[in-house]
Amino acid sequence: MAARDGVRPSRPPRVRLGLLARTVVAALAALVVFVPMYSMVVIAFSPRRDVFDRELRLLPSSWTTENFRELFADYPVWLWMGNSFTVAALTTVLTVALNLSAGYAFAKTRFRGDTLVFLLLLSTLMIPLQAVVIPQFRLVSELGIYGTFWAVILPGAASAFGIFLARQFMTAIPDELLEAARIDGAGELAIFFRIVLPLCRPLIAVLTLLTFMYHWNDFLWPLIALKERELYRLPVALGFLNGQYETNYGGVMAATLVSSIPMVVLFLLFQRSFVAGFARSGIR
Amino acid sequence: MASEVGVGAARVARRGGTGTGRTRRTRRSRSTAFSWAMAGPNTAVVALFLLLPLGWAVWLSFRDAGTFGPTRFTGLENYRRMFSDEVFWQAVVNTAVFTLATVPTSILLGLGLAVLLDSALPAQRVWRTVIYLPIVLSGLATALIGSLLFEQSIGIVNKLLAAVGVTGPDWQTDGAWAMASLVLVTVWVRVGFSMVIYLAGLQDVPRDLYEAARLDGAGAWQQFRQVTVPLVRPTTFFLVVLNVIYSFQVFDLVYAMTNGGPGFATTTLPFFAYQYGFEQRQQGYGSAIGLVLFLVVLAFTALQWRGQRGAVQGGA
Repeated sequence: MAARDGVRPSRPPRVRLGLLARTVVAALAALVVFVPMYSMVVIAFSPRRDVFDRELRLLPSSWTTENFRELFADYPVWLWMGNSFTVAALTTVLTVALNLSAGYAFAKTRFRGDTLVFLLLLSTLMIPLQAVVIPQFRLVSELGIYGTFWAVILPGAASAFGIFLARQFMTAIPDELLEAARIDGAGELAIFFRIVLPLCRPLIAVLTLLTFMYHWNDFLWPLIALKERELYRLPVALGFLNGQYETNYGGVMAATLVSSIPMVVLFLLFQRSFVAGFARSGIR
Repeated sequence: MASEVGVGAARVARRGGTGTGRTRRTRRSRSTAFSWAMAGPNTAVVALFLLLPLGWAVWLSFRDAGTFGPTRFTGLENYRRMFSDEVFWQAVVNTAVFTLATVPTSILLGLGLAVLLDSALPAQRVWRTVIYLPIVLSGLATALIGSLLFEQSIGIVNKLLAAVGVTGPDWQTDGAWAMASLVLVTVWVRVGFSMVIYLAGLQDVPRDLYEAARLDGAGAWQQFRQVTVPLVRPTTFFLVVLNVIYSFQVFDLVYAMTNGGPGFATTTLPFFAYQYGFEQRQQGYGSAIGLVLFLVVLAFTALQWRGQRGAVQGGA
């Protein structure tokens, strides 16, 4: 459409008016979506009195970093961020590795009961976390890992969704390619590592980003599985701070901003992969 | 790869289907040990942390169980108690209201924005990026931003309303408005998601159909109704299923924004299950509530599946 409009030497005024109207609507929609995020930033940089001020301010009455300084001075924010990173990264590495190998087995090899096992794994997608969270809590207690990072990492790696995505992607790889390698004397593992994985780069990017985002943002399970403040990850710490700060919105918004920045940066850097991943998967 | 972004999993699934045909099968590796070594670990983790707990939840739901210590078999007592619990029924109604309010709104707005942003516009990428940015925020972050917006005396929304001479509603003390604030924050986050999926779906709509419609004298609205809406139906189906399942499970937002209140006005099923499992420490009863939630999700998915079989295979 863009191209066709572009070639036309001069557009009739109605088209131009339509374009203007559409642009205004798009900008307004973006503005409405942007306001909450903008408010978060403004309040985070505002002095405390601004929040209680009756009048509406588009900018802080004076820019200040006191909310951030207090936050970092009073709470182990860097530690929390480190925890978030460690847990999300370890879970992601484990999940993606498990998903890729299982996806390959289901896409490119046959074994007794493979369809049945695959369907059984897929069916777990319908289990809401709240239905299994109580036994999961009991299970990690029984395993002796309650309150440790493993209690978050191991159950977090149980992902049927990634297997599904990996299997679908790998099925599209031609069998002839693998057969040729086999004839050349390549072993099964060599085929997986040297031929299949390099072809799966887009899949790996999408799986890694979505899994990492999911675990960086995850709240309910870490809330239950970790009790020590020193082990908190950012979203749980946010919930905790929300209780501590009462109505100190400046502090809470500073913390919210700090916890969101890494994901926003990652998203802006890898927008294309993220969007492809959302579109292909529907995960959030 | 861009082409399969389209109807999402649906297309990929169909493509996957053709790969298993005829002669291909014989060429595959037949080393069972290798297959199990590859598929085993993931299967084991899912079985241990999802399937086993599901069975365990069923077992617990027939028992009186605290957080620790022995449990006692009580038969259907937890279920009997649940069905005579007024708050349980209120949670069911709240979950239904929340779902009915959030799903159509975010899907319709998402479709509108996708169509708008699929057309040639200046700074198109900027609008798109801003609209789907909230997707990457955590549920907790969106809940806290929501609290900031909807605080009834010092919140931004009521300040904005006051600036134009309107007295804002009591978002925190009036149950209906508290629910409305949850719905608004949810729609804020999900519009971008629906838009992304629709933008991908629109790539699959052949452009010459619009050309043909225009030649037949169809206006913009008619083109939208007669061409766009029917052709993105598989995407719509996919979004309805996903959004309904997400709405059934809303937790973070309720936890941090309204804490189920005022009263029980925003207590949803997942929040109710959490409260009994971990705050009231009645894990038998909590398990029974969680299982009801599972059955609701299962029934809804099965219903959709039957209604749309073939349209979107492998959708959710």
